[in-house]
Amino acid sequence: MAIETDVAILGAGPCGLFAVFELGLLDLRAEVVDILDRPGGQCTELYPEKPIYDIPGLPIVNGQELTDRLLEQIKPFHAGFHLSQMANGLKRLDDGRWQLSTDAGTDIVAPVVVIAAGAGSFVPKRPPIAGIDAYEGKSVHYAVRKMDAFRDRDIVIAGGGDSALDWTLNLAPVARSLTLVHHRDGFRAQAHSVNRMRELVAEGKVAFHVASIKGLHGANGRLEAVTLSGADKKEWVHACDSLLPFFGLTIKLGPIAEFGLNLHENLIPVDMARFESATPGIFAIGDIATYSGKLKLILCGFHEAALMAQAAFHVCRPNEKLRFQYTTSSSSLQKKLGVA
Amino acid sequence: MKILATDRNGQEHVLEGRNDWSVMEILRDAGLPVAAECGGACACATCHVYVDQGWLDKLPPRSDAETDMLDMALAVEPNSRLSCQIVCKPELDGIKVTIAPE
Repeated sequence: MAIETDVAILGAGPCGLFAVFELGLLDLRAEVVDILDRPGGQCTELYPEKPIYDIPGLPIVNGQELTDRLLEQIKPFHAGFHLSQMANGLKRLDDGRWQLSTDAGTDIVAPVVVIAAGAGSFVPKRPPIAGIDAYEGKSVHYAVRKMDAFRDRDIVIAGGGDSALDWTLNLAPVARSLTLVHHRDGFRAQAHSVNRMRELVAEGKVAFHVASIKGLHGANGRLEAVTLSGADKKEWVHACDSLLPFFGLTIKLGPIAEFGLNLHENLIPVDMARFESATPGIFAIGDIATYSGKLKLILCGFHEAALMAQAAFHVCRPNEKLRFQYTTSSSSLQKKLGVA
Repeated sequence: MKILATDRNGQEHVLEGRNDWSVMEILRDAGLPVAAECGGACACATCHVYVDQGWLDKLPPRSDAETDMLDMALAVEPNSRLSCQIVCKPELDGIKVTIAPE
């Protein structure tokens, strides 16, 4: 059944999170959708430990801390979070409201949708191997949902990060054979995982090659072998039926392109007073919004969230008067924040 | 200084480098398709380039952070570098780079 609310926010990065706050002050409830499994967007996915120096009032804060502080700040507003879900549909209902749908079957119905999706969705990096798309979902997988699906398989895992190492260790006991392929004999992973992998190699339970994958062989989506190229550029064919590439995530615009919005170079043009797109009721803030003079800075996204909320109020409550108040002096705002 | 950058279609672009800018910034400024998702923080590996052999020795070696980050890049070769970690300076006049596949 659809969730009815005031505002559906697409994107749980810093701008989407702060939008919950600005909307909350105006008594507008929000539901937030994000493809990642935790809030924070690029802040937590790309640079959780890198310092940010240009957030007003916070001389230094890292991506994780900023996210944690925003989550604390928006706690009083009890927004619903729909994580690990890709928004894949947006349609106007007969009553004028919007329905935002996700690939997990969540439908959110609201008069206002705020797109705070940054540069789009984080999706697994796809190795540049010719014809790999024909095998995806059948023999090539970017995530392991059920270990049992890999029982008695001849698996090749590609990559050198924590995911590649973790799945090497987890799948080795169930696979018929498991080969780890990485471009160097060094790993960007927990030392104990690397040590355990090397033990399994020494015991003959896992094979490791310094190599890269140059080609795939098979038919109808069923992988039969891969061509590997070693450090000396010598190539050989390695029989296998499953390939798991783990090269982290990258950002693709994704289904937003199909939402019928008037995109300009993958960005959503908005007016600078309301941060509403050319489609009434659809707003955009943060990196995905564009207007004359736009800067892709978190602090600009915060400003955009504040102005968007004022405009969104009038869409959600057309017959009510908006009372502009300061958190410093308004006891009603302080009550909402749980401090009065 | 000049940067000779080959894009993913094999076309070469002659770009004007600027002292202290990173090669990634020059590529992006010229509208070439480097995603540079993290904005130059050595945190995403989406500004991956191949540096022409003759120029490799003229660059400071990879930092541990860059080497680690390259583990998240695709089609890594011995001459792979993250262009956000290459800083323009006069000695690099004429450096040749090729943007790695997406």
